[in-house]
Parts: sequence; structure tokens; C-alpha cells
Amino acid sequence: MNIQHDIVIIGAGLAGLRAAVECAGKADVAVISKVLPTRSHSGAAQGGITAAIGNEEEDRWEWHLFDTVKGSDYLGDQDAIEVMVKDAPRAIYELEHMGVPFSRTAEGKIAQRNFGGHTRDYGKKPVKRACYAADHTGRVVLDTLYDQCLRHHVRFYSEHYVLSLIFARQRCVGVVAYDLATGELHVIQSKTLLLAAGGCGRIYKTTSNGFATTGEVLNLAYQSGIPLEDMEFIQFHPTGLYPLGILVSEAARGEGGVLRNGLGERFMERYAPTVKDLAARDVVSRAILTEIREGRAIAGKDYVHLDLTHLGEEKITEKLWEITSFVRIYLGLDPVHEPIPVRPTCHYVMGGIPTDGDGRVIADEKGSIVPGLYAAGESACVSVHGANRLGCNSLLDLLVFGRRSGLSMAKEVLKREHPPVPTQPLKEVEERIAGLLGHPGVEKSSEIRREMQTLMTDYGSVFRNEAGLKRGIEGIRSLKERYKEIEVRNYGNRFNFELTEAIELGHQLDLSEVILLSALNRRESRGAHFREDFPQRADRYYLKHTLVFQTPRGADVRYKPVKITRFQPEARVY
Amino acid sequence: MGCWYACNVLRCCSERTNLRQHGSTAALILVHGSTDWLESSVIVKLKIFRYDPKKDKKPDYQRFEVDADPMDRLLDCLNRIRWEQDPTLSYRWSCGHGICGSDGMRINGVAGLPCQKLAKDFKEEILLEPLQVFPVIKDLIVDLDPFFERYYSIKPYLIAKEPPSDGERRQSPEDQHRLEEAIRCILCACCTASCPVNQAKETAAYVGPAALVRAFRYLFDTRDEGLEERITLLDHKDGAWGCQTLWWCTKVCPKMIPVTKEIGQIKKRIYETTHSKK
Repeated sequence: MNIQHDIVIIGAGLAGLRAAVECAGKADVAVISKVLPTRSHSGAAQGGITAAIGNEEEDRWEWHLFDTVKGSDYLGDQDAIEVMVKDAPRAIYELEHMGVPFSRTAEGKIAQRNFGGHTRDYGKKPVKRACYAADHTGRVVLDTLYDQCLRHHVRFYSEHYVLSLIFARQRCVGVVAYDLATGELHVIQSKTLLLAAGGCGRIYKTTSNGFATTGEVLNLAYQSGIPLEDMEFIQFHPTGLYPLGILVSEAARGEGGVLRNGLGERFMERYAPTVKDLAARDVVSRAILTEIREGRAIAGKDYVHLDLTHLGEEKITEKLWEITSFVRIYLGLDPVHEPIPVRPTCHYVMGGIPTDGDGRVIADEKGSIVPGLYAAGESACVSVHGANRLGCNSLLDLLVFGRRSGLSMAKEVLKREHPPVPTQPLKEVEERIAGLLGHPGVEKSSEIRREMQTLMTDYGSVFRNEAGLKRGIEGIRSLKERYKEIEVRNYGNRFNFELTEAIELGHQLDLSEVILLSALNRRESRGAHFREDFPQRADRYYLKHTLVFQTPRGADVRYKPVKITRFQPEARVY
Repeated sequence: MGCWYACNVLRCCSERTNLRQHGSTAALILVHGSTDWLESSVIVKLKIFRYDPKKDKKPDYQRFEVDADPMDRLLDCLNRIRWEQDPTLSYRWSCGHGICGSDGMRINGVAGLPCQKLAKDFKEEILLEPLQVFPVIKDLIVDLDPFFERYYSIKPYLIAKEPPSDGERRQSPEDQHRLEEAIRCILCACCTASCPVNQAKETAAYVGPAALVRAFRYLFDTRDEGLEERITLLDHKDGAWGCQTLWWCTKVCPKMIPVTKEIGQIKKRIYETTHSKK
């Protein structure tokens, strides 16, 4: 039987829940998630949410705008960034009104801390702009938004896995979802559908992302003929806990922590003389890996130290409780007395499904809208992060554009009825599952996944070059061939994670190819995309967004212009 | 410390991964010129609860052995079993570092998160069983609907009339700090599943420690104006008074929240509020 809701949201992280809160009461809203409530990976965000509310020192939205544009290496669309930074104070106060337990200043205002790339007076010195709740900001905002959804009776389809997007006459009209607990397939019809299921960090070997961040909604859009924008820009967070890659928040440096190499040097002074350890993430990640490549890692290994020992126990346990507990649990070290081993870890995808400022998905370089389909959060590319996202701008992005998508959807559904839904997509999904379960394959998902992660880490991470990218693409294409012979030994229909992981792997392989292909075609270095063979930024040729389309002839790489309103590109020095 | 650092450095080398797949330790020694890391590789023995109520008459236990690095999480061991030995093993997981709350289960009889436990800390066979209190759906997965229903029953949201039209409400750092431990809660359900009151049939209607931690978080939030409503919800035998101060919740909490103490403070607040009226 088909289920109908006015608005269906895929993903129960911050973007999805913020949109749901906006629509609740105005329309019938349902949220579909692979995981149970509050398990989404937004909850792992630690450091804060940026807004120029100036609670600790003078700040202005114009400075926030400039920092974000510069942080994006001039690839962010400045009209969208302006919308975001101007709306930031409202977004923060709104969270406070909903009950988010922000940390406070002595006068009782929302506390703010330093974060990489956020400065006063157009780059003069770091500014305290990130509003935070100790180092579990994402978790408490997620909890608060979930609580608001409960209060407003949002319907949740938890542990439901989206297998297909349904289109009728070019309009998105719903999804086919797989109930993990029963193995049943449901057609869930929507008048508008929001894709807000995060990124795809699990494509890499070492990542701060949870196991569920496998990027299927990105690929479901791509397979539906929607392009993926700027997928070459993958953020490696400088301080992943070594060796697991768990996030050690930039808040550690915002609170005064410093990076040191094997010689004990505070090496960021050489790479970013003005803001040092508080440079943008791409700059710091390259600096760390350069230190390691040039033999200045800790004791000849492949990590550097993040030193908090001078901050004192009180500050560390009060403001950095979570990361302190991670270091104690996973390394048996006490950051109060010992430095933390860190190295860059895959963290965030700047690219994604192209949208306008109201979350509407854009089908091409001309700006045509895909009716009925929205995207927000890490899945989307507005683009406010361009070639490199600044820390704490992602939670802001989720809140601002999650809400705007919600507003826009609530308006749109008023004047619409559910159109008839074709039966073909459900049949195709049934056949696909039957094919996977009944297929006597020879290849193991875990094996192909490991090889994919190795290829992406070797050729598609922080440093890239033409030969490597070509080798990577070739490797991924051969894995895609092997994937056709994948074996699923578990025929059960209850919590069959072998089946869902096999499906995820197919999506991950497609996305890997898009990432490498986008990177190969961008013959310059910009933000998080660094080409050893083209180490300079080349505005004359590449001040433009990549769009990769799936066509019957294979992937087609096209471009669209960047929107520049206030700040012309200049050299990016921190 | 040096030993496992070395081991983990090696773990990141693709040589080791490849060689391990082929079981060629000799070649590995040639590559790295040392056998130090070998001493730190361990066999983790697990005995795991298996049950599919739709198919099986009764639960059973199955034994597995996993070749692990000492610093591997038990969650890594479970993943390896599922990927390499038995794809039908079911458990929940998501973030892998104790922030999402997905993988609560009993580890050697005590509720906890396998993503927070390291292989090196276990010498004997490890017994993994589902959380108590909640019905088993499959293997280590329990039905948490009743958990979230109880959670919802305490009105887990700020009750406040009119926030300022633009701007923030003030709250002192001390007042905010009072919530700091409670807001670490990740709703993993370990506390409620370990509470002997929740476990006993005759007192199973007790709302449970997890819901009370969230109740504490709103009751003691100086911005909240729902005191009376909250007291009515909590002031009964299945509310805060259901707590018999048995400390299990505090003992098992993976986020080190002083759960029992916070429930005690709720009781005190109820007593003060209801007595000041009289």
C-alpha cells in the first residue's frame, strides 16, 4: 500500500529536522532515516555554530561574509553566503528560544569562541564567532530539534532505507523505502521531497564520519539525471584522532591548543603567519601532511601533536569534555598532561546536489528547477562553502537552508495534490533486491569497499595529481565491474545489513568516480583541491563550478559560473 | 604505549592490510624488519546472543574468534564478524565513538557501548547480549519504541511562554553549568535497561532513568516555565519516586552522568515544590 505525506524528508540530522520543525503544523510531514532518532551524524559536530552576534567582541556580518568567501577560495556563491551570514544571528536566537543549552559568558550571554578562518576586520586577527555548548554543540542541537519534532507530531520512519526516487512527468513524487526491521518495501508519496541525508565520507579509509554516511541520496539524485556540483572538494579535517580518525574539534585550537611537529616547533607559524593554528582547514591539513612528508612528524611516524597541556585541567574538562574523553578512551592518554596525536581525516563534502537559496534542486547550468525536489545540508551544494568550508559554518548552513527549504516546501504543498505514482520504480527495486539476493556472486562487499577506500585515500585525498587521479578512476571502474558479481549471502529480511551495505557500496563507487573525475578535470589548486601538477589557483580558467551529469555515454563534466557580488578574488593568505 | 603506537602505525600501512589478508606473516617481517607488532595482535573470543523471535523457538549463543589489534574497538570486532564470518549477525551501530548512542548492549553482563571498549582490555571470552527490559527484535537489537515513548511522556522540550522577539534570554554560566552533565546524555538506553526497577515486572511502568535525566535537564533549566506541569508528571510512583536509588544507572552510564544524583535532585525539587504549597 502506498503511504502519502505532503512533505517527506530523507535524513534526520540537523538540516532534515530543522526543515521538519518549520513545516510541522503547516503540512503533514514525515522524516525517513536509516537510523533511530538522534543517531544521525550531525550529533557528532562538536565546536559550534558561527554567527556575528558579537557577544564576546565586536563582529559584523560583513566580516563573516568575507571570511566565508575567502575560506571558500572564492568559489562560494556570494549571494547565497550573504543570505546565510545575515540570517545567522536569527538562527542562533531561535535555537536559544527552542531551548538549546548554549554555554554562557559571565554576563549570561551565549558564549562564543575562535574558530579557523573566522577573523575581524577582513582578516586582521581571529574573532570569537562560534556559538557553542562545550564540545557537544551538534548533539544538543540535534536533541533539541528532535524534541521540537516530537512536540509538533512529526511522523518518523526510522530504520527505513531509501532505495529509489520516484519521478512522474519530471516531477519528484516520492520514494521507495525499505523497512530494515521487516524487509518490506513501501512507496512513500510526497508532494515535495527533501534530500538531507548528509555526505559520503565513508568512501575514504580514515574519516570522522559515522558508518551511515555513505552518500546514497547524492547518487540517487545523480542517477535520476541531476548533476552533482563541485564534488572534487572534499574536506580533510586537520585534527583527526590518530589512528582512528575520530574528530578532535577545532575548538581545541579555538581555545588555545597548538600544533607541534616532531621537533616541537609550532609549525603553523610558517604556513599562516597571521592567524597561525586558526587558519582554514585546507591550509592546516596541507601543512600537517607537508610536515609529515618532509620528515618532521612525531618520532618518524605519520602524525603530529595537538598540544593542549598549557590550557590547564579546568578549561580542558569544562570546554572540551567530549574530546578529552575520546583521547582517554581510544588512546589511553590524558590531554591535560600529554599532547594528542593527530593527522587529517576525511570530514566533509563541500559539493553535492545543486540547489537555489530556497533548497530547490537545480537540474542544469541554466538554473532549471526539478519540480517537487529539494535538498539541504551536506547533501546539497548551495554553494556557500565553495572549495573549502570554514569550521562551524556547516551547522549554520543546515539551520539556515534547512529552514528555508521547509518554508518553501510548506508554501508549495498548499496548492498541490498528490499526482498518480508510476508502479515501475517499485518493480525495479523489487527486481534489484531479488537479483542481489538470488545472485550467486563471487565478490565480497567488504573486499571491494576496502579497495575503494584505499584507492580514494591514495589518489583522491589532500594531494592529487593527474597520473594518480587517472589510476584512481581506472581502479574504481574495475571495481565497478567486479561489483556486478557481488555476493550477498544473507537472504534474511530482518536487519539484513549485508544487503544494505552492498547497495551502499554501489552508490559509493559511483560517487568515487564522480569525485575523481571532477578532480582530474580541474587543472588548478583551489581550497581543498590541491593538484601537485597545477599548484596555483587559475581564476582565468577555473573560477567556475563543476557539474557532473550521468549520461548514457558515461559521466559528462560541465561548468557554471560563480556568483560574485562583493569580493573579487585575491591571493588567499592567512 | 610504544608497542601499540608502533602497531597502529603499521595498521595504517597498506602492506599490513594486504599481507594480513593473505596470512603472510613472513613477508611482513621482511617488509618491516621487526616482529614487535606480532606480539600486540590478539585473538578476541566472543560469545554472542543469537535470536530471531520470528524463526527461533529460543535464544542461543554462538562463539566467534576475531584476529584484532589490541586497540580495536569491540565494535570493530563485531563488524569483522559480520563482514568475514556471519553476515546474519544483527546489531545497531552508527558513529563508532560514543556520541550517537546506537550500540548499547550487555558486555559481560553489564550494559555499555562496544564502540567505547577496546580489545586489549579483555583477556577472557567476551559475552555479548542485548539490553534487558526491552523486547529483542533480532540478536543484539531490541525494540526501543517503549524507551522513546517514555522519553516523550516527560515532555522533553522547553516550556516557556514568550521569548524575546529578537535576541537571547540570559542565563548565568552557573545555571547553565548545572545542566552540563545531563546534556551529555545520548539516549543509548543503557541506564534504563540496567535499572532493577525497570527490570522487575511489577514496577516495569517506571519511567526510567534516561527519561528522568532529560526531565532534570528541563526542570533545572532556568529558562523553563513548566514547573507545575513537570512536577505533576514526575510526582508519582512510576515517575521520580520509582527510583529506589540502586545506582545501576550511574554505574553503567557511558557518558559518566551522575544519573542517580540528578534523580535525587528531582525528588528534592518535587518535595520542596509540593510542601511550599501547603
